[in-house]
Amino acid sequence: MSSVQDWEAPNPVKDNRSGLIGKGVDRYEGPLKVTGAAPYAYEVTPPSPPAYGVMVGAEIATGRITGVDTVEAEAAPGVLAVWTHRNVPAQPPRGTKAHPRSTSGSRPALESDRVTYFGQPVAFVVADTLENATAAAKLVRLTYTAADPDVDFPHRLDAAGMPPGEQDTEIGDFEAGFAASDVKLDETWTTPIQNHCQMEPCASVAWWEGGKCIAHTSVQMVKPAQHGLAETLGIGRDDVHLLTRYIGGGFGGKGQTYDDLTLAALAARALGRPVKVAFTRQQMMHGTIHRPATIQRVRLGAGADGRLNAMSLMTWTHCQRDGAFTEHASNFARNLYAAPNRLTGHRLVKLDLPHAGAMRAPGEASGTLSLECAMDELAEKLGLDPIELRIRNEPEVDPENGRPFSMRQLVRCMKEGAQLFGWDRRLPTPGQVRDGRWLVGLGMAAAIRGNFLLPAKCSFSVDADGVITVRQGMTDIGTGTYTVLAQIAAETLGVPLGKVVVEIGDSELPPAPGSGGQFGAATAGSAALAAGMNLRQAIAELAVADPGSPLHGGDPNAVTFQDGVVALENRSETLAELVRRAAPAGLTVEGEIRPAQDAQKWSQQTYGAHFCEVGVDPVSGEVRVRRMLGVFAAGRILNAKTARSQLTGGMIWGVASALHEGNAPDLRYGSLLGQDLGNYLVTVQADVGELDAIMLDEVDDKANPMGIKGVGELGNSGAGAAVANAIYNACGVRVRDYPITPDKLLPGLIAKGW
Amino acid sequence: MRTTITVNGEARSLDLDPRTTLLDFLREKVALTGTKKGCDHGQCGACTVLVNGVRINACLSLAVMHDGDEVTTIEGLGAPEALHPMQQAFLTHDAFQCGYCTPGQICSAVGVLAEIKADIPSHAGDVGAQARLTADEVRERMSGNICRCSAYPQIVDAILDAAGNLP
Repeated sequence: MSSVQDWEAPNPVKDNRSGLIGKGVDRYEGPLKVTGAAPYAYEVTPPSPPAYGVMVGAEIATGRITGVDTVEAEAAPGVLAVWTHRNVPAQPPRGTKAHPRSTSGSRPALESDRVTYFGQPVAFVVADTLENATAAAKLVRLTYTAADPDVDFPHRLDAAGMPPGEQDTEIGDFEAGFAASDVKLDETWTTPIQNHCQMEPCASVAWWEGGKCIAHTSVQMVKPAQHGLAETLGIGRDDVHLLTRYIGGGFGGKGQTYDDLTLAALAARALGRPVKVAFTRQQMMHGTIHRPATIQRVRLGAGADGRLNAMSLMTWTHCQRDGAFTEHASNFARNLYAAPNRLTGHRLVKLDLPHAGAMRAPGEASGTLSLECAMDELAEKLGLDPIELRIRNEPEVDPENGRPFSMRQLVRCMKEGAQLFGWDRRLPTPGQVRDGRWLVGLGMAAAIRGNFLLPAKCSFSVDADGVITVRQGMTDIGTGTYTVLAQIAAETLGVPLGKVVVEIGDSELPPAPGSGGQFGAATAGSAALAAGMNLRQAIAELAVADPGSPLHGGDPNAVTFQDGVVALENRSETLAELVRRAAPAGLTVEGEIRPAQDAQKWSQQTYGAHFCEVGVDPVSGEVRVRRMLGVFAAGRILNAKTARSQLTGGMIWGVASALHEGNAPDLRYGSLLGQDLGNYLVTVQADVGELDAIMLDEVDDKANPMGIKGVGELGNSGAGAAVANAIYNACGVRVRDYPITPDKLLPGLIAKGW
Repeated sequence: MRTTITVNGEARSLDLDPRTTLLDFLREKVALTGTKKGCDHGQCGACTVLVNGVRINACLSLAVMHDGDEVTTIEGLGAPEALHPMQQAFLTHDAFQCGYCTPGQICSAVGVLAEIKADIPSHAGDVGAQARLTADEVRERMSGNICRCSAYPQIVDAILDAAGNLP
């Protein structure tokens, strides 16, 4: 029997004898979600009635709290506690790691009188009911000394510096190459702040059992949440049991925990009863992270033959005064197109805004909005079809580091997509197609997103009923983790899906890195395959060693698993019979995955091509997405249904980036102008027309033992650029300041005389 | 205030804080947490329930306003072992990902089909003509229910499918 350590060798996922791998089976936890029976963090029933905590956010962006008046709040009905920095229980200083191997340091709440961003939690009220806590929170009176907030990103580029530990990458001589090019493009794009707007605001419930804190929260990564809370509470890591069974959307914004968790745990300890804390929708906009704005300068220089001679993508972005996050919008450009002279890099401005952080396809989501439009503009200058231009600049090896690609099917994505979408109907000159009052145009863009594999563990058990239980400290943020783990387990052990139980989202289960960077399925799944293969081995050895088994005395490596039956040539029994007799208490084994030692030998990405048809109303400037298609190459697909949903969801995020989403600071107060879903617009049902995603056959055996890759972020990469390019093709107006709202389109439409 | 609300066929009589929204009544007072709180301001639709058969945002309504009303929540439509046709259609078409907006989407979808049956017009169609169930009608009428995972195409498919299967 092969080992998962040998990625080239056959394994049950590759063999796929039951055909479960790739099959679009319904979501494992779906029946619970469609009936409201899946408890998200705030909905978990604690052992005794909970108290309700409500946070109060700072009303300044930068300064100090000088006065605290909680008399009225404390006297309000039902109030159990009112905390500010003056009386919050002591917590270790930020970043403390009492245990040196903690994956997160302490994250103290209400830590001092210093305010560093608008909306920072600065007071906390606990009461017997949510209504009483909410009312009392409004009675907390804080006074501040405030400095003028420094939040005007476009006017603070003078303060931009190199992000810590980074340098620009230059290949060849960009300036000389650009100067010598026949056809040049030098344009600047801007993208706004974006908020994750997960439908479930961050929330936690915590209680204590003796010296142990039980906390349910909504977070994408289990171990850092557990470790960070333990460090904050000043207790051992094993004294925090952190659970996150169902997560109402993450998109990177729940890659870390927030003060709801810390305050719930502290208050539960102080009050001796469970405490629930949730962010309000308004608090989410400031109190959690956002994707920062970018300014991106793209310079492309090509020969008359359409081959790039020089390319540069330079990104300016911002992060919080105390932070270091960088939106790496230029990184993907290092892998995408061939050009002998290249320059890419980033500049970072620190501002008095809330914290910037990772949001779905960090880097690619922002960067493709410039470069993939620049390619469209360059194609027009050259008189080339945008697909042909990309094909002419297809690199044979990674253009930056010279490594071979593990797999690269970008050209196939573009060609097959062109055929399926009817790209040949596109007229290269803008403004040539009318449908009633609408100007209609087609656009395309390439998609690229890196692929990753991280270390992870998993355990598999079989019980006397032949039920396989998968246990892993992994999360499912809507990505389909529960389902693909069940499929891997069923396929590996040869049992029906109904005989598999999946338990995830628990710090006491074998650790996995969680959901993020589209590494989840590959990482968690590969560890599951390893555990499953180890369990096969254990069961086979059990069978051949058991005199009561018809398989007794046989070769354990020849045992097969199918339809709940273990067999050796023509001898067989059910898995349940074997375990019930030979190991009635069941068997449990672990497995783990580690990145390949030679992973750095390959340039490993996922690819795709987006095609979009829009209508532009020349009178109002309204843009309607009429049709959209994405064709993707992302390794073996574990579940055709959930993978397609991830991709179409990402594509719609691209639509939102192009047309709807964006936040901006209020320069007076350092707050964000969009403070709820009424004025921070996300895409809604009526904004999306026909839209589909297709996945090419692909197996990338350099990626992991299953040959799969991630899809969660790929769909978002490039999708907005396809919309923007379609708008240009429809009406001949190029807006380089996202989102492309009617007010930005109208001057161009009027100038065109439509 | 003593208030009696019939929830999923069961009369619930409680002494309620007049500030309690119908949403918090369902979630915190009678432990029906299937109805979700996404914004608490009527902007996202995650809290959609059916009151006397009509869909509303439970967060924009005080519980004491519903004395004597019949409320149907997601739990009242079906259970994991006995799914309502709309719940089954959402499962079959993968019309959700994280699942948080899903109960509101499903309640809203059930309300939409009833509105079309009752010939209530929408912006998507000719207000003078008989209301018809089309993809564009579904897109228009479901636009008060945000799905940040963006399962919008799958939601349209599910609703059109369920409409064919509903009794």
